[in-house]
Amino acid sequence: MSANGPQYDVRKQLRNPLKRARGLGSAQSGVGHWWTQRVTAAALVFLGIWFVVTVLGALHADYATARAMIAKPWNALLLVAFVLAMCWHAVLGLQVVIEDYVHTRWLEVSLLVLVKFIAVLGTLATLMAVLRVALGA
Amino acid sequence: MADTQRPLSPHMGIYKWQVQMVTSIVHRATGIALSVGTLLVLWGVFSLASGEDSYNQFKTCLGSPIGMILLIGWSWALFFHLCNGIRHLIQDGGMGYGIPQFVRSSWLAIIGSVVLTIIVWAYVLTAGGAA
Repeated sequence: MSANGPQYDVRKQLRNPLKRARGLGSAQSGVGHWWTQRVTAAALVFLGIWFVVTVLGALHADYATARAMIAKPWNALLLVAFVLAMCWHAVLGLQVVIEDYVHTRWLEVSLLVLVKFIAVLGTLATLMAVLRVALGA
Repeated sequence: MADTQRPLSPHMGIYKWQVQMVTSIVHRATGIALSVGTLLVLWGVFSLASGEDSYNQFKTCLGSPIGMILLIGWSWALFFHLCNGIRHLIQDGGMGYGIPQFVRSSWLAIIGSVVLTIIVWAYVLTAGGAA
């Protein structure tokens, strides 16, 4: 009791000790984070290879050729999937890096939110751009 | 407060250099670099959507010396993160934790990423330069 300081003296707490113990556990989201990181990683193994091969195939493409390539249904689908998986994977990865190295709380939270904003905006922007190309607007 | 008398982890300086340290930290570094590189993909798709002029501008920027250097860096980062990522996925399956395998797979990821980068850029250069 004394090692934990007076604030942990249950006699001075209004809340039930069991209630406190429950609230002090993990945030319960760690496994979800870990697993999603692996699932997006597995998807990116395939999507990443597809992306590299597609870009190499488009090396000297002029505007019309490149546009026609992305407009193909499979390419449009896989490009959106690639960017979505990549941004998701990046958010999870950067989150861990920020939590590990940024120790100023307000800066840490700001960076975490900023990364999420950029990732969501980037994903939506890519989706819109691909739709525009694919639907020929 | 936590008990500050507990034993602390020794500082980096006293560890012997090991290849697993390099793959571990480089995996993070390449991950951060690739997160920034995502914006390049976004720029490319956006330029396609916004018209021929912006697409040509995009190609010119990528084909410039600085663009080529960045692209070589990003392609190596991608291949390293891919190779080492597959290594981590295999380890997540509970395999490859023996010290000899651990060291060997680290080197495999490094060498594999360099070989893949060379193959891709050999193809790009023989096909007549980027962009």
